[in-house]
Amino acid sequence: MIKYCDLFWSFFKIGTFTIGGGYAMIPLMERELVDRHQWMSREEFLDQVALSQSLPGILAVNMASGVGFRLRGRRGALAAIVGNIVMPIIFILILAMVYRLFKDNVYVERFFMGVRPAAVALIAAPVFTLAKSAGINWQTCWIPIVSSLLIWMMSVNPIFVILAAVAMGVVCKKMGWTKKGGAEA
Amino acid sequence: MIFVELFWAFLKIGIFTFGGGAAAVALIQNEVVSHQHWLTQQEFTDILAVSQMTPGPVGINTATYAGYTALFNAGYSQWMAVLGAVVASLSVIILPVALMMVVVRFVQRYRSNKYIDAVMRMLRMVVVGIIAAAALQLVTEDSFGHAGWNAHFVISILLFLSVFWLSIKKKNPVVLMLAAGAIGIAVYTLIG
Repeated sequence: MIKYCDLFWSFFKIGTFTIGGGYAMIPLMERELVDRHQWMSREEFLDQVALSQSLPGILAVNMASGVGFRLRGRRGALAAIVGNIVMPIIFILILAMVYRLFKDNVYVERFFMGVRPAAVALIAAPVFTLAKSAGINWQTCWIPIVSSLLIWMMSVNPIFVILAAVAMGVVCKKMGWTKKGGAEA
Repeated sequence: MIFVELFWAFLKIGIFTFGGGAAAVALIQNEVVSHQHWLTQQEFTDILAVSQMTPGPVGINTATYAGYTALFNAGYSQWMAVLGAVVASLSVIILPVALMMVVVRFVQRYRSNKYIDAVMRMLRMVVVGIIAAAALQLVTEDSFGHAGWNAHFVISILLFLSVFWLSIKKKNPVVLMLAAGAIGIAVYTLIG
């Protein structure tokens, strides 16, 4: 029987030492859960990755809740989730307090003058990497373009864009317009 | 009652996040900056920078820091702000976690069907647009300097382009951020 504290500890290590978010954590989780502890088979793990990407939510937390629940039920999920996010939250709170004290320091200000454009670049880069994996081509590129213009120029709430996408996906399937993105399942 | 508003805002963000950290960041920005005006664009960019440099899921880090700053800006004490941070990070995960448990219980093996595939394909495409809109909104004079032939703006554009390129080339984001910060300190100190 897998102990709650082992589950907690595995996700604690991954949450505390992985910088770069959910996608960076998945290979580490695979090594920890499948190879090291052999708590689940590789197929089961990949199944959970697919499920975590299809359901809404923060990817790393979806992984923790799905794996924790599979292995030890609701409390297992709780142990894995808390393990995954407790140190990140504490780090952020400490930094938030420290930043308040030093934000008027001239070197801190210069550091942030350099870091701000870099932070924006890290959000802009996934636009291109995700566009490739989303299978966007000349026929479908209007979809992301219209979405972004609606949000950027007309202040439409992205939630409505997501709801519209869900509706469009269902309608396209019903009508049999399934050429999107080339690869048809 | 700001705690209830914060809870509701992050509840929505959580359940509509599809596709990783940048998507979560886009929704958080839309809610806390554009709609609720709890924090300024400049503050959000700084929060984003810190969230990308610290360990943990970027969406959780951003939610924590945004919740903290929202309360602080509304005039609450430091410890109430900490409570705001906790409320924000918990409400962003609560619905997805509940949904995951229900799905894992009833779907022993994950099998996608034609409708899920069609919806996911459409979602992946609009999420690209949602992230693009967030990136465009992040390009402000506060973060890049006044557009024109001046040091702040030129350096910002150069840093943006290099980090953008290196990030696509899968270089470590933390190294990129720390390097950009170090360049900021060095260059702006040299030119005064």
